[in-house]
Amino acid sequence: MKQMQPRQNYLGPGGWVWAGKYKLERYLYLLHRITGLGILLFLILHLCMTTIFRIQGQDVWEATMALLHNPWFKIGEYLVCAAFIYHALNGLRLILQELGFALGRPTPPVYPYKDALRKKRPWTIAMIAVIAILALVFFYDFIVGGW
Amino acid sequence: MTEDSIKQITLKVQRYNPEQDSTPHFQEFLVPVSRGTTVLEGLLYIKENLDSTLTFRTSCRMAICGSCGMLINNYPHLACHTQIEEFHSDTLTIKPLPNLPILKDLVTDLIPFFNTHKSIKPYTIRHETEEMENPTAEFTQTPQELETFLQFTYCVKCGICISACPTSASDKLFLGPQALAQCYRYCADNRDEGWQERFLLVDTDHGVWHCHLAGACSEACPKGLDPALAIQLLKRRLTSQAIGLRKKQQSSPVASPITETKAKVPFPEFTAKES
Repeated sequence: MKQMQPRQNYLGPGGWVWAGKYKLERYLYLLHRITGLGILLFLILHLCMTTIFRIQGQDVWEATMALLHNPWFKIGEYLVCAAFIYHALNGLRLILQELGFALGRPTPPVYPYKDALRKKRPWTIAMIAVIAILALVFFYDFIVGGW
Repeated sequence: MTEDSIKQITLKVQRYNPEQDSTPHFQEFLVPVSRGTTVLEGLLYIKENLDSTLTFRTSCRMAICGSCGMLINNYPHLACHTQIEEFHSDTLTIKPLPNLPILKDLVTDLIPFFNTHKSIKPYTIRHETEEMENPTAEFTQTPQELETFLQFTYCVKCGICISACPTSASDKLFLGPQALAQCYRYCADNRDEGWQERFLLVDTDHGVWHCHLAGACSEACPKGLDPALAIQLLKRRLTSQAIGLRKKQQSSPVASPITETKAKVPFPEFTAKES
């Protein structure tokens, strides 16, 4: 009899990008990864500019600086700032919860079930509110023109 | 039940026969549905009346055996535990659980999943071999000690947490929420002394540290098990062990033999049968 091999059904990277009908923390996880990659990309660009372009002389440096005054770069800079705020505050939440703090104790599963993250969701929403306020303050500073 | 209360719903089921198909495809079935009809009952209707070749696993029909885990409208559910009217839709898409290999139609290969579960030694380990080989009495445990891990004992091994986990989707070597939660369940049990052996298995890149707390496993778990909580508590144990702050867990002793028994309380008179 012919032996059939099972068909692999791993979702792959699409499995962590697609959050579908899952709730808040699943989307925070996705955003944490995206902001982390964004900050890393910024760091690489920043290091390139302050090393490769800088050692090529004053003319190259000034041309680069002129390019960076483009409004699109200003928006990009704001996005890096917002990503940093989100990544830092959500990172603090993750450090606390991954070390078993701010999650509560195991409880008997009585229907309707409520997992530990859902029980602590008011605190997570408060954290999102702080992030939103900081993002708005920096929006005013970066984009609108500041004080 | 009146005829009026029955309406027709389309079940769009993923089919895959490894002997005939190169890729999976969808097949639509019109199924009569009334209040309370579960997805599993819909599939059984197809099997009995429309297409007997449709393959899926089922056994208890009451969310205890964990056989009928499947992806219903792109969310993992137990088919027996999910009513069709919950979705408020005339079409339901049913696929096998992702992140597990497909054998046929909606049947996934759970052997690798069970092997991962076995790999974390999901049984009581004690140092006193003699007591384990020839037990004399039970190991004592207070209700408070039991509550520290009781929630995690309700696992039915349906594989839904694995299919919900974004890490399991991209890391084939990841132990997965089920095995890690069961690791904590045994490490937190004060009748067990095998934490050192299990810590070596889970303190790896593909073990407990690859969980990034997306919480999808706990959301999807049909038994309210909260594997995400168990994994974070396991991380806490590993961290406190590494920095030397872990309190030593006292192993529960073997129950002392019963030396005297209380006199039986007589039945109250009103329960006594009239002779």
